Amino acid sequence: MTVQRSDKRLIRTSEDIVMVRQLVREWAKTIGMNLVDQTKLITAASELARNTFDYGGGGVMLIEQVIDAMKIGLRLTFEDKGPGIDDVEQAIKDGYTTGGGMGLGLGGARRLANEFYIDTKPGEGTRVTIIRWK
Amino acid sequence: MAKEQASIIADILKKQETEILNRWVKEQLQSVTLRSDLMNESELRQQSSEFLSLFREATSRGVNYDLNAPEWSRVMEMLNSASRSRALQGYSPSETATFIFSLKQPLFNSLTETIKENTGALSREIWNVTVILDKLGLYTIDVYIKSREEIILRQQREMIELSTPVVQLWNGILALPLIGTLDSERTQVVMESLLTRIVETGSYVAIIDITGVPTVDTLVAQHLLKTVAAAKLMGAECIISGIRPQIAQTIVHLGVNLADVITKATMAEALKTALVMNGLHIVKSQPIAKKEK
Amino acid sequence: MERIPILKMGKFLLVTIQIDMHDRLALSLQDDLTEMIVKTQAKGVLIDISSLEIVDSFIGRMLNNIASMSKVLDALTVVVGMRPAVAITMVELGLDMKGVKTALDMDRGIELLESMMDQEDSESAQEPESDNDSTKE
Repeated sequence: MTVQRSDKRLIRTSEDIVMVRQLVREWAKTIGMNLVDQTKLITAASELARNTFDYGGGGVMLIEQVIDAMKIGLRLTFEDKGPGIDDVEQAIKDGYTTGGGMGLGLGGARRLANEFYIDTKPGEGTRVTIIRWK
Repeated sequence: MAKEQASIIADILKKQETEILNRWVKEQLQSVTLRSDLMNESELRQQSSEFLSLFREATSRGVNYDLNAPEWSRVMEMLNSASRSRALQGYSPSETATFIFSLKQPLFNSLTETIKENTGALSREIWNVTVILDKLGLYTIDVYIKSREEIILRQQREMIELSTPVVQLWNGILALPLIGTLDSERTQVVMESLLTRIVETGSYVAIIDITGVPTVDTLVAQHLLKTVAAAKLMGAECIISGIRPQIAQTIVHLGVNLADVITKATMAEALKTALVMNGLHIVKSQPIAKKEK
Repeated sequence: MERIPILKMGKFLLVTIQIDMHDRLALSLQDDLTEMIVKTQAKGVLIDISSLEIVDSFIGRMLNNIASMSKVLDALTVVVGMRPAVAITMVELGLDMKGVKTALDMDRGIELLESMMDQEDSESAQEPESDNDSTKE
């Protein structure tokens, strides 16, 4: 997989979640992603950005335009230095929430993306990566 | 890595370009894999000559085995477009790869003639050329296969779109006769076209007829339920019709919950229900044919 | 601070969400709307989301909350104009909007509100002690 271009954004306020959505939309349009796929990716980004903000105490999003074989897509990485997640399996399950939300953040984002990776250590932080191909 | 100060191969390509080109083109013309129906000699010659000059440039400072290195980028670009166009024209993989592999013989000949006295250098150069031409040849096959996959994917999409017509049965009533299996990709297309038509026509009821769906397993049922749920979110109701006895049995055995969905055995029944939901009723009157008699 | 306008239209309130809301704006809409329902004695709320390009779990929860809160204040809520791509995504996300009524567009939203209110009226007028109206449908 090769990265064609990339950009980074801080997620510190709830306005930044809106900014993340707009940035992802812009990039998704640039690679000609269809409307439904765009909507799925933006929604997943919104869920993950909110997780980063609410549970991780803020962090960064890395957005990358990637190419693998003939596929083009967007890879989003959300990273925070928050408390991390004790039980990842449990956190991905629907209905699990510690923040009073609907508990769809991680599980929902996984269903909306083509690829989903999570890397977390209690006390050190969480990194979630998703890819959606065009 | 086989990088050297002076590149013998580039030197030979420079000095004997026409000769190598002639031999190579001859080799290709004689080969059983030649497609004279798809490409004439002058086109072939032009393509071959273009490749040779790019190949010479790329090897001007020795043979780098790494095809991702910048010096190979123009060669790869050229091979990419040549292999793609061959895939699209209907060449076979071996016919495509022969373009590169047939260059071995002429190059080996030239190498042997030029440095036959130094067997060490000769075998090293032949090895270099073999490695790199094999890689380039395999690359043409990779591109070829990817191009074919693209074609298959495109045709698949076209077929999916063709096989999901959304028709208006009545003012406010749509029908979607599904034919063939439902996978997740197709479900998305089906959902999208159904929901778009719902908005366009302002329809309140959509009938999804599954008479043409061969089997309904848990996954297919899930996809159907998703479509119904999405329509509901927009404010439209779905009726699933065309449930054959066999499918009704499977659905129950699988424990699929269709409680929230209106289901009907036939499209006719579904239409009747849809009309009622729109506040319409069918009233029987004298058949026209009878009247005329 | 920016606010999402709430319009009064007869006995209904009309909210058109036209911008990509950040979370605080969504929460203040919730406050404003409940206040308006009490102030105007509105019996129905129409929320037009046809301009919304996404509905994530936060906005979904807000819509659910508005519907439940309105209900407590004796007003019915109908969400209208959801885009197809948004609906498909919400289903995939797993958002449950069981508490929220939806309609294709504003006209149908008003129709739905009126029919729901008629039903409520007849329920309370005719058979106040029984609750078997669900079989009427």
